Amino acid sequence: MTDRTMFDLKPTDPKPADDKYLSHLELGEPDKTFLDTNELVINMGPQHPATHGVLRVILKLDGEKVLGTECVIGYLHRGVEKIAENRTYTMFNPYVDRMDYVAAVSNGLGYCEAVEKLLNIEAPPRAKYIRVILTELNRLASHQLWLGTHALDIGAMTPLFYTFRDREEILKIFEKYCGARLTTHAFRIGGCQYETYEGFERDVVKFLDFVPPKIDEYEELLTTNRIWLERTKNVGVISRADAIALGVTGPVLRASGVKWDLRKAQPYAAYSDFDFEVPIGANGDTYDRYTVRMEEMRQSLRIIRQAVEKIPEGPIMAKVPKVMKPPVGEIYHSIEAPKGELGYFIVSDGSTQPYRVRIRPPSFVNLQALDIMVRGALVADVIAVIGTLDIVLGEVDR
Amino acid sequence: MIAKLKGQYGSGICEANTYLGQNYMVVDPSIVSDLLQILRNREQFDYCVDITAVHYPEREKQFDVLWILYSFSKNERIRVKIMIADGESVPSAVSVWATANWLEREVYDMFGIRFDGHPDLKRILLPDGWKGYPLRKDYGIIQQDQEWVKANLGIESGQ
Repeated sequence: MTDRTMFDLKPTDPKPADDKYLSHLELGEPDKTFLDTNELVINMGPQHPATHGVLRVILKLDGEKVLGTECVIGYLHRGVEKIAENRTYTMFNPYVDRMDYVAAVSNGLGYCEAVEKLLNIEAPPRAKYIRVILTELNRLASHQLWLGTHALDIGAMTPLFYTFRDREEILKIFEKYCGARLTTHAFRIGGCQYETYEGFERDVVKFLDFVPPKIDEYEELLTTNRIWLERTKNVGVISRADAIALGVTGPVLRASGVKWDLRKAQPYAAYSDFDFEVPIGANGDTYDRYTVRMEEMRQSLRIIRQAVEKIPEGPIMAKVPKVMKPPVGEIYHSIEAPKGELGYFIVSDGSTQPYRVRIRPPSFVNLQALDIMVRGALVADVIAVIGTLDIVLGEVDR
Repeated sequence: MIAKLKGQYGSGICEANTYLGQNYMVVDPSIVSDLLQILRNREQFDYCVDITAVHYPEREKQFDVLWILYSFSKNERIRVKIMIADGESVPSAVSVWATANWLEREVYDMFGIRFDGHPDLKRILLPDGWKGYPLRKDYGIIQQDQEWVKANLGIESGQ
């Protein structure tokens, strides 16, 4: 990894087209690459169905064995942090939805809470509960999308259809609530823009009753499936120490045995009101990350049920100045997004626009662990590990 | 902890404070390499959350470089901040936290701040041949490296 020249992809000397076959004949012996064990450097992506977006991975191979990798990222770079400096606090809010576009609600929650902290205001209790319900629904949707695509990468096609079918129900609730399915812009600084629609609670409870048997259904297809076990057990192992050193967060960290979830460690929104477990794994392999996420789906349902039952009445918007001018200062606020710790570091210079917004993306940091997880494994395992890291390139590149 | 560190470094720790319930300290660039190691090993800040920078062009020391650290055992965060001038380099923290690798590359990519001892300091989000550092304040929001765009994309402007 450290040796730059290792990955230099120099094209061989181009020969004139008409000379091509002749010069080969003149060599008199076959190419040396046949049946010898030279190291081979190949490119995976950026246009590759299993890299979940435009990720390019340069693989150094010995036969089928991976000796090292290097990720080339930035194909989706839009300069979100630069845009933030040229927008007001309110105007930048919809942009954060476009980072992790499969969990847009979480992104919005993190940003709104960070600015609220900077302004020293707090969202009213009802707004916090609405936020928790929508964010947890989004976590579920994100995990379902992960499961479908991850299983598809490994060769199981059915879960994709099952998870997309059930995810649709969540997106319908989002659409009824705020009019958008993916880039929802559901929250505002200071609370929520919209009161819940007529029958919101009923829809959510209906979903809560509908989805647990479906999750059992996914598990029935995979958990004890022999092919699934072969492809995931002891694949992409990352030890507890490595996981901490590499700063990975979210299910990837928990599968390595670290019981750490920001919702428990430093509760935000209304999470301290709810009772839920933080599932962890033992081996830190792909299978553990699968079981951790499956259990997280069930825990999310538990949180949503409690939130719907206890949702308080009251206002949904705090008193927020029309023109937001946070006092000069810096704030770092992070939340547990479906992929891990999503942090916002915001510097205010007292004007209407943030002086600097730094976004700490979980996918970006988690992707760094790819190299250590696939060294010594096979090419097919690289596909499995990219899937299990659950990256969204829109967030990696920002 | 702060008192202990202050006893050790004296005026090296310029400021240690709390804003909105978050602890931060501003330190002298000369001690930051030592300090990060001590925070990691002695004070158990074993998770480097983020490394980033802020550009203040009107200041003599133009850049703030920040490390946001977290300790699992204490459930505590701290921000370490240094101020450096344009062209000054910062000691790399890759040997302390492996995660610093990409984070430092991003700071280099966006601000042009060099990290001494980084194993492979090169651009990460922008193309290798790009000129300019976009998150500096003097870089315009629609500014581009026109030469690069023309040579590689074959168009006059990327807009």
